[in-house]
Amino acid sequence: MGSLIECRDLWKVYRLGDVQVQALRGVTVDIQRGEFLAIMGASGSGKSTLMNIIGCLDSPTSGTCRLSDRDIGSLDSDALAEVRNREIGFIFQNFNLIPRTSALENVQLPLFYRGLPLREQRARAAEALARVGLAGREQHYPAQLSGGQQQRVAIARALVSTPSILLADEPTGNLDTESSREIMAVLKGLNRDEGITVLVVTHEADIAAYMSREIIIKDGQIVTDRQKNLVIG
Amino acid sequence: MGAFLLLTITTAFRILSRNRLRAGLTVLGIVIGVAAVIAMISIGEGAKAAVRSQVASMGTNVIIILPGATTTGGVRGGQGSAVSLTVADAQDLKKRIPLLTDTAWGKRDVMQVVYGNRNWNAPVNGISPGYLTIRDWSYAGGLPFTQTDMDVAARVALVGQTVVDNLFEPGEEPVGATIRLKNVPFTVIGVLAPKGQSSQGTDQDDIVFIPFTTAERKVLGTQFLGSIGAIFASTDLTEDLPEAVAQIREVLRSRHRLQPEQADDFTVRTQIDIAAIQEGTGQTLTVMLFAIASISLLVGGIGIMNILLVSVTERTKEIGVRMAVGAKRRHILLQFLIEAMTLSLFGGLLGIVLGILSARATTVIAGWPTIISLESIVAAFLFSLFVGLFFGLYPANKASRLNPIDALRYE
Ligand SMILES: Nc1ncnc2c1ncn2[C@@H]1O[C@H](COP(=O)(O)OP(=O)(O)OP(=O)(O)O)[C@@H](O)[C@H]1O
Ligand SMILES: [Mg+2]
Repeated sequence: MGSLIECRDLWKVYRLGDVQVQALRGVTVDIQRGEFLAIMGASGSGKSTLMNIIGCLDSPTSGTCRLSDRDIGSLDSDALAEVRNREIGFIFQNFNLIPRTSALENVQLPLFYRGLPLREQRARAAEALARVGLAGREQHYPAQLSGGQQQRVAIARALVSTPSILLADEPTGNLDTESSREIMAVLKGLNRDEGITVLVVTHEADIAAYMSREIIIKDGQIVTDRQKNLVIG
Repeated sequence: MGAFLLLTITTAFRILSRNRLRAGLTVLGIVIGVAAVIAMISIGEGAKAAVRSQVASMGTNVIIILPGATTTGGVRGGQGSAVSLTVADAQDLKKRIPLLTDTAWGKRDVMQVVYGNRNWNAPVNGISPGYLTIRDWSYAGGLPFTQTDMDVAARVALVGQTVVDNLFEPGEEPVGATIRLKNVPFTVIGVLAPKGQSSQGTDQDDIVFIPFTTAERKVLGTQFLGSIGAIFASTDLTEDLPEAVAQIREVLRSRHRLQPEQADDFTVRTQIDIAAIQEGTGQTLTVMLFAIASISLLVGGIGIMNILLVSVTERTKEIGVRMAVGAKRRHILLQFLIEAMTLSLFGGLLGIVLGILSARATTVIAGWPTIISLESIVAAFLFSLFVGLFFGLYPANKASRLNPIDALRYE
């Protein structure tokens, strides 16, 4: 069996009028099951672009990406939605919760689109909220939660569907140090206890210090890819 | 799927109740459209039913011949206004046209009917006895008068329920009582069974019948002896009516010595014509309401489409989030379609209430009969659903075709 994620020579080119922006320039990367991986790099280097392609939200201009041995370039929009629903959990910098919708309902969403019975949706969503330390906050609206709490709701939403990959694009970018530490601890715990593969885009070196592998992107290319021996747990 | 629909519908309700004013204004067109549809159908049905019952209350296969040329005014306008019809005409028609099972004639005037110290103004009709059979009158008490009464110009009268109500104490027996018309005493020999209102709103029970001969000699005056207000005839079969009408015109034209270029100096109407006239007025109104209904529904539909397009733009990011967690195109499509249909249904329900109220108001204020049928309500309901579906399709489709990453990045 191959790697969980196999990206080969990914290019992403945006054309804005006469200007061409090469966001990715031949990225090749393999990610194994259970890895806890940091993607670093300057602003505009192409980190989000890579994450979105791996997460089936975006498609590369050229190159292939295989997820669990399936070429995602060959999938239609429904099949991609299915992959996002079952294999992938997204965590965004700005949380991306649906406003004026309770924490519980936000977390239910992936199961809702999977078509599970309402009772099961609720039970599993409540369970996921409890896992990120938000038991008792099920009926809170996003606006009634702190940034750290909102991000934990987003994590609960990402993990409620028991995905194989969590993709977190600057998950702590909008949070203070204390909340950031908590969020990273949650992600670390999920990786260690559930064996979920976690990719985190971050600017901060102390966040990257949690990770077992570090990829640095510069101008759309991977310039550094190294394994680390973990000290902090 | 059940859970999906349930949650989507409750979400739609929540989103719409957050923007109540906006939703209310959006559905105004639908409300008016549906109300117009309901009012239209109930007025149409009411008119039709009224025509049917009026036509039925006229008797079966009745032909009415009135003096005077055809006017656009209506059926009874000409009665008594000319002297072109005579008893001899009526008798000759019966003799010469075997298709006619019966003919009768009458003459009328409104006058004071006196009983004891009470009086009441009512139309008094002097009629030949055949009229009672042709028009299918039945009796709540007593008996009709006969040819013998006619021959001897008996002073006997039949009275309608309204006349009874206005002249007699409750419980008092009218049959056998003596009433006075122009100071001439008449014995009431029968009370007519009520027929109710005609479609023109006249009370058919506000009536007194006396033998034609008696009327002519003692009550209505002898100024134009032998002239009559109307001839009534009937055929056995409804199919025979057109042929009978043709023959009647032929006989009357020759009796009146009309030249080919001269127009009829009389008007022949059958129940079919009368029904058509009545339904015609109903139809004008229906056409008008139909126009209002379709314009309103169109405007309402466009309103829904517009508000949904705004909503799709406002919620682009939300759509992106939904797609990121696994919503398929059809989920997004359905979500917005359900929102559109919730809106239009909400409008439809308000419209149904408003429609029922305006139908009621039409009856109360204008006195037009209306019938609110379950079918019209169901039809309006389905139609508003359809409007929501039709006009929601474009925005919903637009939402569902968004690219997940573009939607997520939308600011
Ligand atoms: N939709 C788009 N249209 C045009 N150019 C784009 C688009 N999305 C990204 N880019 C460009 O692609 C490059 C990479 O963008 P990307 O968002 O991947 O950077 P990033 O590494 O995530 O940066 P940051 O750390 O600021 O989030 C940038 O130069 C950006 O301007
Ligand atoms: Mg980025």
